[in-house]
Amino acid sequence: MTELIRVEDLRVVAGDERGEVEIVKGVSFSLKKGEVLALIGESGSGKTTIALALLGYARRGCRLSGGVVQVGEHDMLALSEQQLQGLRGNRVSYIAQSAAAAFNPAKRLIDQVVEGALIHGLGDRAELQAKAIGLFRDLALPGPERIGQRYPHQVSGGQLQRVMAAMALISDPLLVVLDEPTTALDVTTQIDVLRAFKRVVRERGTTAVYVSHDLAVVAQMADQIVVLNGGQILEQSATAPLLKKPSHEYTRSLLAAARPDTTIRPPCGIAEDVPLLTISGLTAGYGNKNMQGMPSIRVLEDIDLTVRRGQAIGVIGESGSGKSTLARVVAGLLTPALGGLTFDGQPLGGSLSERTPEQFRRIQMVFQNADTALNPMHSVATILSRPLKMYFGLKGAALQTRIDELLDLVRLPRAMAERRPNELSGGQKQRVNLARALAAKPDLILCDEVTSALDTVVGAAILELLRDLRQQLGVSYLFISHDISTVRALCDDIVVMYSGHKVQAGSRQSFAEPPFHPYTDLLIHSVPELRQGWLETCGTACDALPTVGERANVPELCTFLNRCPVRIDGLCNRTAPSRRTLDNGGEILCHHDSAQLLNTQQGVTTMTLGAYA
Amino acid sequence: MNNLIAKSKPVSSALALAKASSGPSWLGLVGGVVCVAWLLVALFGPWLAPHPVGEVVSDNIFEGFSLTHPFGTDYLGRDMLSRVLVGARFTVGLALVAALLASTFGTGCALLSVVSPKWLDEIISRIMDAFISIPSKMLALIMVSAFGSSVTLLICTAVISYIPGSFRVARSVAVNIEALEYVQVARTRGERRLYVACMEILPNMLNPVLTDLGLRFGYIVLLLSGMSFLGLGVQPPDADLGSLVRENIGGLNQGALAIIIPALAIGTLTISVNLLIDYLSSRRSRRTGGH
Repeated sequence: MTELIRVEDLRVVAGDERGEVEIVKGVSFSLKKGEVLALIGESGSGKTTIALALLGYARRGCRLSGGVVQVGEHDMLALSEQQLQGLRGNRVSYIAQSAAAAFNPAKRLIDQVVEGALIHGLGDRAELQAKAIGLFRDLALPGPERIGQRYPHQVSGGQLQRVMAAMALISDPLLVVLDEPTTALDVTTQIDVLRAFKRVVRERGTTAVYVSHDLAVVAQMADQIVVLNGGQILEQSATAPLLKKPSHEYTRSLLAAARPDTTIRPPCGIAEDVPLLTISGLTAGYGNKNMQGMPSIRVLEDIDLTVRRGQAIGVIGESGSGKSTLARVVAGLLTPALGGLTFDGQPLGGSLSERTPEQFRRIQMVFQNADTALNPMHSVATILSRPLKMYFGLKGAALQTRIDELLDLVRLPRAMAERRPNELSGGQKQRVNLARALAAKPDLILCDEVTSALDTVVGAAILELLRDLRQQLGVSYLFISHDISTVRALCDDIVVMYSGHKVQAGSRQSFAEPPFHPYTDLLIHSVPELRQGWLETCGTACDALPTVGERANVPELCTFLNRCPVRIDGLCNRTAPSRRTLDNGGEILCHHDSAQLLNTQQGVTTMTLGAYA
Repeated sequence: MNNLIAKSKPVSSALALAKASSGPSWLGLVGGVVCVAWLLVALFGPWLAPHPVGEVVSDNIFEGFSLTHPFGTDYLGRDMLSRVLVGARFTVGLALVAALLASTFGTGCALLSVVSPKWLDEIISRIMDAFISIPSKMLALIMVSAFGSSVTLLICTAVISYIPGSFRVARSVAVNIEALEYVQVARTRGERRLYVACMEILPNMLNPVLTDLGLRFGYIVLLLSGMSFLGLGVQPPDADLGSLVRENIGGLNQGALAIIIPALAIGTLTISVNLLIDYLSSRRSRRTGGH
């Protein structure tokens, strides 16, 4: 079979007022028709730049400076802009990371899907719309005939991503470039989108280039993997041998960082049996309050949680589950509507004005996005010195010593103190962020998705640092994440949240094997594994859910009812579930008991256990 | 999405970069030089003036360029150079004071309303909304007809007219910054409202606020000049640049220097201030890489 795509010695330069820097340094690869090639690497490795070069496009400030990019019979670098416009969205197409930003909110989906093909004159409207509906069906979108009539905000993120795939595929392109298409999605949604992508790619024999930082996702999609770093190819091989026998050191570190819980373990015996933070019956939300003082949008419902001194508790759940709101309530940024907080025996005020300076000092928060968590106008030294001056009144040499100590603690060179945040990398910013929290010598650190915005290798290093700090200083963590493997790497106890409810809580061990709450089960089995064929065999098949009758008008009904694979008609839709204790010590909010859950979950888990062991 | 890529224009990057890097600094330099020149004129103008401001020095009115009178003479035969040198002090001084006051007060109120409880924010915002609905020219005319024209009154009028606009701009910027995580971190650290406002929010909103200050300065120069043109601004024998234009309107059909010079002066002043402010804020944002 002949090569469809040939890239030879591709070079891309980026320029600014200080001169030009080569960001892609002579990359070569080729791809046969019907194959999927993955470009993998951390941010700044040039993977997106290379993918865009396949469309003959360079981002602003960049220039394609040399090499050959051959797509089918077209030499993309030799074509004029006008000829390229004729090819883009026609013979080559692109699926971007953020579907929400790629759609015009004021137009119906179907019109946007056929728009490109209409412009290129690939058929009349009726014909293209029929084709789009066929694609919607192949992509497993619900109600393929009607979904096109909706507007972008009326469908979910995962559905929108699939509609974008339909938009890219409607012209039967020679090449589709998928740029991190599932990175912004929840794991449970990602699995559906990946399945849909894989199905259309295989059925239509589409040639695709898949850009991602997640090796496990790539393992499901790609035939060939190209590992990039710093604009150069480090390793290039078929998927199976690369996963089994990576030859380059960097690939090995990527493989190790992909699942931090296989390499990092929480330290033992630090947690004392003294409650530090107790949350009882907490209900909170946003929006205007009604007569009873309840907010119109309730985000957290009746949460009970205890963090012991020195303990790390992980809170997991998908976006919208209320896990960040929980951290905001503990930090005092959101006043709870019901329920109370107790910190080290003392009641903890709901709003900032009710708290004592000592309580402020002892609870520190570290945010997800280090870019916005550090004031860009302050130097690192200023950022770190503020809590030191405020809480401890340090001055002069003592202040300087302590700043140096903090930088040592988070393993940053002392010279960094004079820099501003925009001169630091993402991982360095997150370390400064941590150092600021540690400056207060806190008892409890609230970590809100601290590794989510980082590359896997950098994120794994931060996790390791967090673990060591806990061992060294004995701080407690309330660690919020959407990724169960990061939580497992760091935390003693895990809490699973689903739409504002605590659906399961238990020790780290109780999450190692079933029984789980049905949602936990879905969550655990949606995390892609580092082996080929996982996508086809993983337990969370999209089988039809058991049918249930109408919901009874009971407000406390199980929130997972609509998605639950083991729901029972007449029970789950009629009465509210109760909290029950599982045999392994975990606590769940479900109608099923240990034995029933074990029965439904055993079959699929024995197989996946191997991957986690 | 596909269209978006397909339609994007090719960027001749080298050219665009060259423009981007040399453009603002060259224009900024010109703006800076002209601004400094006007500031010096405003400070030292009256001493540099060769003749007293009200003295009739020539028998010819609307005289053109000559060595004794480089800017010619006005409609009474007074030396135009002296009148511009003295008049600049009123225009630059009044506008600068008024713009600084309006911007400081507007930004201060904006910071206050962002860090204070919701009810206070509502009260401040509604008062500002009430003010913003009054046209500035109308307000100025009413103030002058009620209290008579004086320098203090002119400044007060300009400040009252331009606070609400400055408040609106500053508040919208501050609200966005207040939602950022470093401000939330400062609040959970137990920082006082004053610290949050002045140390965390203010430094990050200086760029748009400075740009806004430049715009307000231009507006105020135009407002004051307009008032003077109507004869309600600075009163004779003193004259600001606006009244110089009005006085010499009779020379318009002769193309007299006496009307061109003050009009040019107003133009160069407002444009150079905006060039300078644009340059300063673009340099700041490049240095910090922030917002």
